[in-house]
Amino acid sequence: MTLSESAAAPVDEVVLEAVGLTKHFPVRKRLRDLFSRTPAVVHAVDDVSFALHRGRVTALVGESGSGKSTVARLLAQIYPRTAGDLRLHGTSTRVRGGRPFRSYVRRVQLILQDPFASLNPVHTVRYHLTRSLRIHGNAGRSAEDLEQALAKLLTRVSLTPPERYLDAFPHELSGGQRQRVAIARALGADPEVLLADEPVSMLDVSIRLGVLNLLQDLKERLNIAILYITHDIASARYFADETIVMYAGRMVEGGDSEIVTQNSAHPYTRLLTASAPDPERITGDGAGAGIDEAAGKDRGQGEPPSLISPPAGCRFHPRCPHAMRRCTADLPPRLTVGDRPGHWTACWLYDPATVAADAPGSAAPDADPAVPPPPALVKREDTATLGEAR
Amino acid sequence: MRDPVLEIRGLRVDYGLGDAAVHAVRDVDLTLHRGEVLGLAGESGSGKSTLAYGLTRLLPPPGVVSGGEVIYHPVDGPPVDVLSLSPAQLRAFRWAEASIVFQGAMNSLNPVHKVSTQLLDVIRAHEPRSTAAGRLARARELLKLVGISADRLHSYPHQLSGGMRQRVMIAMALALEPQVVIMDEPTTALDVVMQRQILGQLAELRERLGFAVLFITHDLSLLVEFSDRIAIMYGGRIVEEAPAAELYRRALHPYTDGLLHSFPALRGPRRELTGIPGSPPDLRAMPTGCAFHPRCPRAFTPCDAELPPLGPPGDDDPRRAVACWLHSATAPAPR
Ligand SMILES: Nc1ncnc2c1ncn2[C@@H]1O[C@H](COP(=O)(O)OP(=O)(O)O)[C@@H](O)[C@H]1O
Ligand SMILES: Nc1ncnc2c1ncn2[C@@H]1O[C@H](COP(=O)(O)OP(=O)(O)O)[C@@H](O)[C@H]1O
Ligand code: SF4
Ligand code: SF4
Ligand SMILES: [Mg+2]
Ligand SMILES: [Mg+2]
Repeated sequence: MTLSESAAAPVDEVVLEAVGLTKHFPVRKRLRDLFSRTPAVVHAVDDVSFALHRGRVTALVGESGSGKSTVARLLAQIYPRTAGDLRLHGTSTRVRGGRPFRSYVRRVQLILQDPFASLNPVHTVRYHLTRSLRIHGNAGRSAEDLEQALAKLLTRVSLTPPERYLDAFPHELSGGQRQRVAIARALGADPEVLLADEPVSMLDVSIRLGVLNLLQDLKERLNIAILYITHDIASARYFADETIVMYAGRMVEGGDSEIVTQNSAHPYTRLLTASAPDPERITGDGAGAGIDEAAGKDRGQGEPPSLISPPAGCRFHPRCPHAMRRCTADLPPRLTVGDRPGHWTACWLYDPATVAADAPGSAAPDADPAVPPPPALVKREDTATLGEAR
Repeated sequence: MRDPVLEIRGLRVDYGLGDAAVHAVRDVDLTLHRGEVLGLAGESGSGKSTLAYGLTRLLPPPGVVSGGEVIYHPVDGPPVDVLSLSPAQLRAFRWAEASIVFQGAMNSLNPVHKVSTQLLDVIRAHEPRSTAAGRLARARELLKLVGISADRLHSYPHQLSGGMRQRVMIAMALALEPQVVIMDEPTTALDVVMQRQILGQLAELRERLGFAVLFITHDLSLLVEFSDRIAIMYGGRIVEEAPAAELYRRALHPYTDGLLHSFPALRGPRRELTGIPGSPPDLRAMPTGCAFHPRCPRAFTPCDAELPPLGPPGDDDPRRAVACWLHSATAPAPR
């Protein structure tokens, strides 16, 4: 995609871009580490690159501990980054508190998972929203201006009539209403980017939909760029234009949401989609059949690795049913999947040369690596026959 | 249909006494059959946990069971009324006949004791005549059963991941081969990959050991795949009950229908998500008639005045029950 020069911002314009973003957290030293030369760190986020576009929702999907919140905090510049760059409208930005930070926050707002924790229980909705409007210079000049701005914010998030909510305390609101107030507060800054870190995970299923629809509505009406962080890949299918999958601090797959969820390429994404609840899997007679089948057999290996000493090469290799020799040594680069524009994955299976080298004799070099069989059906030793197995 | 193993009849649970009492569980009838997985779903606050605590008599104060009965049918021997067991009988009943895995159970392991100590304690308490070697062997076997290698037996809880701790709790619940296992949101705090591993193991174990499971969750999408039957709870009452596949294909109660149209599906064509308008009812100010009527898109004349009874639907499918005037055989005709 090319950046347009036109003044009227096109819908696809890149607003915020992460380039090789990396965050390592120091680990407290133990005595025996004192003599080691390299200090131990948690490799929370390594080499993450993606762009947020005006008027688009990008989902960041992964299990807990995969680094999603750290990415959000790096983008919000709450954490300083270890390496990499962050570009706002193409300009590199690094702020550390003070006025530059405030002016950055005005444009890039973060919404957290727990609306209870993010709203101060002793203050009313009016207080929270007024403060946000004032800090970001959107409160207007007069008392009427402020009242109008407050009413507009609450209407924007469908808390109507506004009078009913303005003087309420957080505990008087339901979880969904609190999250709407948190979103309204973020909108008080009139931001270009919303970073929503698991905004509905703590809400009831029936309430989630309303909040997600609200985010979609903001994207469309206010043309905001939204990062939607979630562990629920099915919701990414419905609410995000683009989906990025993270595993153990690295991005492993990305592309159009429908394609990433329906034609997952990376073995980890496939494990994730095979594990998600799927009512369509029922056959009608008795329980558990579908569950058994998808559960996979690698019981002992069912968990992500340590991020203090992450596996070399592909971080998924200790769990991967397709792992090849190369996977344990070399980091897989982003490879295009099939002929779908924009669909990529970081997996050696999509490099025909690697697949061929790993299976001398049996795998045809011209085999289509874009469609390996689902992980559950292939055991490690079957990797050699990948080409035919499709 | 299989024989009942646990019958709940007219169960009522309140928090507090007299006029200040909150009626959290209202006249619940529910039957768990031998060897089946019965899913119980509903929004938070609908009374699912209260029901689980109430029927095992583990209610924390100010919770009180204010009516009804809970009949347990042992494999051999006469039925027992759980609600009238003496404290000693109750202790014997729990773990050995019916065990329970609570929400966030993985955090209820005692952090200062090794997993082995805690598992062995449960076994010893109920099988005092067993030998130490026998108990140890049993503990190893139990861990293996839930997919944890036996060398983890002597770990402390903090040395295990959340998923492993949760599986240890499940191992404990199965230690004495109970007939009934009650699980309250056992996998809600876990990632989907771990959740499916645990559910897969549970399904396998159920096949092998034949216990029945009352599986409580707010995640209906999970239940459809995993349960034999599903009961839906709203405002303290069961509003619909049906075989899982039937419920998914043709929900009768508008609330069930709303729940089924609230979550995005990963597979299949993209469905329209309608959700459910409004918020769950306030137990202190329960709507009259059908508690769902203020949110119900299909409410009609009798709904705000008369409580619909839970009964077979109009087409009289004996495997289903629903509490909605739209489907009641005795429904006042819509005007
Ligand atoms: N402030 C911190 N100090 C040290 N380690 C951290 C910190 N924040 C996160 N981590 C670690 O970084 C990894 C990624 O965490 P996080 O970004 O919260 O993941 P997610 O949001 O996907 O669950 C985890 O291993 C976590 O323990
Ligand atoms: N200790 C308590 N005191 C008073 N009310 C309670 C107490 N525990 C739960 N409740 C109320 O009982 C209702 C049912 O709660 P619960 O059984 O936890 O629902 P669920 O498990 O379906 O989320 C809720 O409205 C809750 O507020
Ligand atoms: S095949 Fe290799 S590169 Fe691809 S996910 Fe498996 S281990 Fe990683
Ligand atoms: S009884 Fe009436 S209000 Fe209640 S669910 Fe049925 S139609 Fe809706
Ligand atoms: Mg997080
Ligand atoms: Mg509960």
